[in-house]
Amino acid sequence: MNFEQTEEQRQLADSLNKYLASNYGFEQRKAILQSASGISDAVWAAFAEMGLTALALPEEDGGFGGGALDLMAAMEACGQALVVEPLLDHIALGTRLVAKAGNAAQRAAWLPGAIDGSVKLAFAGLEPGRRYELAPATTTATRKGAGFVLSGAKAVVVGAPTATRLVVSARSDEGPSLFLVDPAQPGVAMNPCRTIDGLRAADLTLSEVALPADALLGTAGGALPVIDEATDFATALLCAEAIGAMTYANDATLEYLKTRKQFGAPIGVNQALQHRMVEMYITTEQARSMAILAASTVDNERDPKARQRAVSAAKVKIADAARQVSQEAVQLHGGMGMTEELKVSHTFRRLTMIAQRFGDADHHLERYAALG
Amino acid sequence: MDLSYSPEEDAFRHEVRGWLEANLPADIRAKVVGYQGLSKEDYLRWHRILAAKGWSVPHWPVEWGGTGWNITQRYIYDEEFGLAGAPLLPPFGPNMCAAVLHRFGTPAQKQRFLPRIREGDDFWVQGYSEPGAGSDLAALKTRADRQGDHYVVTGQKIWTTLGHYGDWIFCLVRTDFTAEKRQEGISFLLVDMKTPGITVRPLILMDGGHEVNEVFFDEVKVPVENLVHEENKGWTVAKYLLGHERMGSGAVGAAKREVAALRALAAREVKNGRPLLEDPRFRDRLSRAEIELQALEITSMRFLDQMRRTGQPPGADVSMLKIRATEIQQMITELMMQAVGPLAAPFKGVEGGEVDAFASRLAPRYCNYRKASIYAGSNEIQRNIIAKMTLGLPA
Repeated sequence: MNFEQTEEQRQLADSLNKYLASNYGFEQRKAILQSASGISDAVWAAFAEMGLTALALPEEDGGFGGGALDLMAAMEACGQALVVEPLLDHIALGTRLVAKAGNAAQRAAWLPGAIDGSVKLAFAGLEPGRRYELAPATTTATRKGAGFVLSGAKAVVVGAPTATRLVVSARSDEGPSLFLVDPAQPGVAMNPCRTIDGLRAADLTLSEVALPADALLGTAGGALPVIDEATDFATALLCAEAIGAMTYANDATLEYLKTRKQFGAPIGVNQALQHRMVEMYITTEQARSMAILAASTVDNERDPKARQRAVSAAKVKIADAARQVSQEAVQLHGGMGMTEELKVSHTFRRLTMIAQRFGDADHHLERYAALG
Repeated sequence: MDLSYSPEEDAFRHEVRGWLEANLPADIRAKVVGYQGLSKEDYLRWHRILAAKGWSVPHWPVEWGGTGWNITQRYIYDEEFGLAGAPLLPPFGPNMCAAVLHRFGTPAQKQRFLPRIREGDDFWVQGYSEPGAGSDLAALKTRADRQGDHYVVTGQKIWTTLGHYGDWIFCLVRTDFTAEKRQEGISFLLVDMKTPGITVRPLILMDGGHEVNEVFFDEVKVPVENLVHEENKGWTVAKYLLGHERMGSGAVGAAKREVAALRALAAREVKNGRPLLEDPRFRDRLSRAEIELQALEITSMRFLDQMRRTGQPPGADVSMLKIRATEIQQMITELMMQAVGPLAAPFKGVEGGEVDAFASRLAPRYCNYRKASIYAGSNEIQRNIIAKMTLGLPA
């Protein structure tokens, strides 16, 4: 039993926190949000420079052979700063799927760029109207000659507008399969949006997109376990990101309770508010424990069912906690908490979307119960 | 980070588990898992079994009979007790009074009381709360007037847990009514409950059980050598003891055992032709309780790890463990009661009638466990502590 970070983990978190403190302040983030692409190339390059893109990849692919536990503190820092660059989608989904499913040639073609920052990968998994279902159904891959033809639609693909390649899940005759798709390819139509929490995403329409044989990642029909694993890994990182965002919400709210004066005294003298603040704090610590469990599980648990059950338990707690902490942070800030001017309202939006991403509490309660 | 126990710790757990399997009397275990109260004789019998093994006071200094275990081993020991349905010894003697004696007792006091506490010769109880001094303990009024080599104690204590089993009671009493600060006139006394002038009156709780008492003192003569620490310094002793509350790891083990029992119960009950365990509404509530418990276990381990690394007792935010542990206990008792549905209502057979023994204890258990968020510093007091000490919110 040991809950201490390793020296490497601490150093990574320190340098990322330092970087974000001077390059990702509220105004700097606002400028990024308002830029054309909605992400900062400089920030992306810095992430790659710090090794965030390489950390969870195997050494034979040029990575550091680390896992979710190594990324926890970094994801927490991203959550505190409300980073909008699609780092999680790139490392935990797009890149991880290529690394886990791809053959040697595909890994050699894409992973070096994914590591050095020149390649951004996004995962097109969800389909309109099918909620959090990971098995593709309405997007189909039909064999044509040696290659495939993809048709269908994908919903809210985070990072798609800036992606070099999309990893698209589609149902082939053999079952769920993964394909590498160039977003500029004929037949790929993108309807980009900004999400409520400031990410860039897109809905995709795939109209008879012709793909060569080597666009298939892994074996046709064998993608679901890989997608499941990557999504659990991404969920574990999302839990860590949520802890960062909740920590910010708590810190900001506590500071507000101590400094905002009404009736001649700081509003924090009121027990009605103190106890709510304490509950936010305890809930965050309980959620942190489950985020640690999720990261430790995706790194160490080899049985998929046990892994899914633990990740679902964590996501239930994170979703409940994110909802409670974000709502209370706004309430205790009063009207100011509602405004665009305060980071608390942005944190509220991020936590609200985190609560739902990769499955809300109901979704994960159901999966948790079904597995045990 | 690593959430697993070391092979040595696993071996220790195995040893404790094996010993409990072989030595925990079946009738005592049956009472614990069946939610029946233990008699004084049950407690003392179990205490003597532990003492014979050398395990009655693991956390004491080795020269007084402690085991020399580290805090992780002590945590595992407590957790295994909870899992096995073994009662933890009531904390008043081995934990509370002993902690005070180890820290403040004279050599003579230690020699006189500690071995008897270790061996289970005396049953100790706690005399803190009074009708007018609950959360605000410093408002206590029970007076102890010095007369020669005795104090004469007059007043009333309340909520005295297992007071009717008590051989000895440690009390906070007021020895100075003129002190500028209320806290400065309080002393810590050890009182033999056989002394004339002491009356114990039961307080029957809403579960029908007799667990707590009122204790009345009417000119009770207490020898001066039973004063611990200096006169009027009792508040220092009381504060020291507060920092000694256990982390409640027994509660995690017991809650795990009860969740397993709850699952078994819900698997037998049938709703709409299916086991209640598969009912989505019931299942969601059970799952949330399980998840909160899993989080509590890891949070407890985080506190433990911090204590292990720093060698320091936990800070004020350890209060969060008490809050969440009691909330989870209450969730479980509620789900248990609801799992048996209408069978929870029968309480006691009358005129030759009989009730389902286990089901009939679930509603009383639910009623009884409302105490958990009230005792040992109500959960609101615990939140006050975190607000002030950890978060630095203004008073």
